[in-house]
Amino acid sequence: MRSFVSQKVAAIPPSGIRKFFDLVAQSRGIISLGVGEPDFVTPWHIRESAIYSLERGRTTYTSNWGLLELRQAVSHHLAAWQGLSYDPEFEVLITVGVAEGIDLAMRAVLEPGDEVLVVEPCFVSYAPCAALAGGTVVPVETRLEDEFKLTPEILKRKITPRSKVLMMGFPSNPTGAVMTEQELAAIAEIAIEHDLLVVTDEIYGDLTYEGTHRSIGTLPGMRERTILLNGFSKAYAMTGWRIGYACGPADILAAMMKIHQFAIMCPPITGQYAALEALQRGATERDKMVAAYDQRRRLMVEGFRQIGLPCFEPKGAFYIFPSIAPTGMTEEEFAYGLLEEEKVAVVPGSAFGASGKGHIRCAYAASTEKLTEALRRIGAFTERHAQQTPNETEIAMRR
Amino acid sequence: MDAQKKVEILRLLEQDGRLSPAQIAPMVGETADAVAAAIRDLQDQRILMQYTALVDWDRLLDDRVSAVIDVKITPQRDTGFDRLAERIARFPEVRSCYLMSGTYDLSVEVQGASLKEISRFVSDKLSAMDGVYSTTTHFVMKRYKHDGVAFGDGDADERLAVTP
Repeated sequence: MRSFVSQKVAAIPPSGIRKFFDLVAQSRGIISLGVGEPDFVTPWHIRESAIYSLERGRTTYTSNWGLLELRQAVSHHLAAWQGLSYDPEFEVLITVGVAEGIDLAMRAVLEPGDEVLVVEPCFVSYAPCAALAGGTVVPVETRLEDEFKLTPEILKRKITPRSKVLMMGFPSNPTGAVMTEQELAAIAEIAIEHDLLVVTDEIYGDLTYEGTHRSIGTLPGMRERTILLNGFSKAYAMTGWRIGYACGPADILAAMMKIHQFAIMCPPITGQYAALEALQRGATERDKMVAAYDQRRRLMVEGFRQIGLPCFEPKGAFYIFPSIAPTGMTEEEFAYGLLEEEKVAVVPGSAFGASGKGHIRCAYAASTEKLTEALRRIGAFTERHAQQTPNETEIAMRR
Repeated sequence: MDAQKKVEILRLLEQDGRLSPAQIAPMVGETADAVAAAIRDLQDQRILMQYTALVDWDRLLDDRVSAVIDVKITPQRDTGFDRLAERIARFPEVRSCYLMSGTYDLSVEVQGASLKEISRFVSDKLSAMDGVYSTTTHFVMKRYKHDGVAFGDGDADERLAVTP
């Protein structure tokens, strides 16, 4: 029998995280810093509101665009938070998480061979979605010495006449990097000069710890060339509800909506009502969670500083991305060794793109008790595997 | 240290009284010495009053009982409700004592070894005090939540161990 699987799909490598997940799933009694989602459950008022929507019998399809009330709330939220104005009727689409938004955006705009500049290290979906939509992925590597920010120099080197889309996510999963308004302005200038569409994943936008998040879409000349993706998973601890949204110019949104209406119809209505409650009354609980992440973030920065693994201070999301260079190990050796010897799970940085090599991603969405213990174990592991300096080696040899 | 930082320290200790100054320090962005000094200061001012454990005694099949008593009292000249409230609060059986708005004056929570012991406290001590003119005793049947913590097994972490 011939193989029925399309070559395009067969050519996509499976998620690097998957392999590691299978290994972790077999281990018992581990502390996992590998979880890319909040350790909080969805605040009770949101859950209660979803239950109420079920009691009221709200179990139907919604508009393909999503509940109008929710789109209006999203539009108000973005106006108040970012000063961005999107028409709730034709410029806001409710999606199944940001993940669907990425897929829709790529499929709506790419022609075969169009180049997608993917800022790495990044969330695992960007490159595969671009490739499946027929695009050619051009990785744009960010570096520790730039605090994993996208710099104009690095971006310019990757631009060709075929460049069409710049796909990026700040605050960043896995690095925790954020971009300031000035830094974004330099990127916006290049996007305008080279006529690029920017697809920006801002799912961690509420989780910033010094200064508030700025969307690149707010910069002059950018709204018409920006697709803004966001959702409820991280800020409101709603990962399992799968509700996100896409905002952008009406013509592109109409194209995205065309794919969405045939492939998805609409996200589950219960989740949409929960999301509406989150936007209307979720700020207090959200801010409490953000304050807790901030305390843990500082605990982690201090912890890794003491362990001696170099990392910059992440200013957003809930990840820290230390370099494991002092151990002389690869990120995979480190992650597998740490799991086996100390029962702590971290994710090898290379799961998020080649530029994540030599790093590990540690999520601090866990209790301070667990984080403190995990840091102790990482410290013990690092000390045990620290490369001996030549001097020490000499002394050891003489003995 | 600014007042905001002190509030942050208090919030952390309110959640987990076992946190050491060294553990708190990085979380609030201060040195361990500064945190220790602030804690001493807060203790001296009796803002930080005690470090206690929250125990679910029901799990030990402990048969102690609690009751909440609505108490009506006559306010006294000069001292109002305070003097009598403080006298009531001094009894070791009394776990908490609040002045309330509404149809009664004091809400008094008492704990005892048995229903009889609490009944005796109410009839012999509380009702017999000058100025107390009515009591209504409600026995606690089951505790679901106390000081912001829900009793029971708690929610397990149901997240997958590694996710993107």
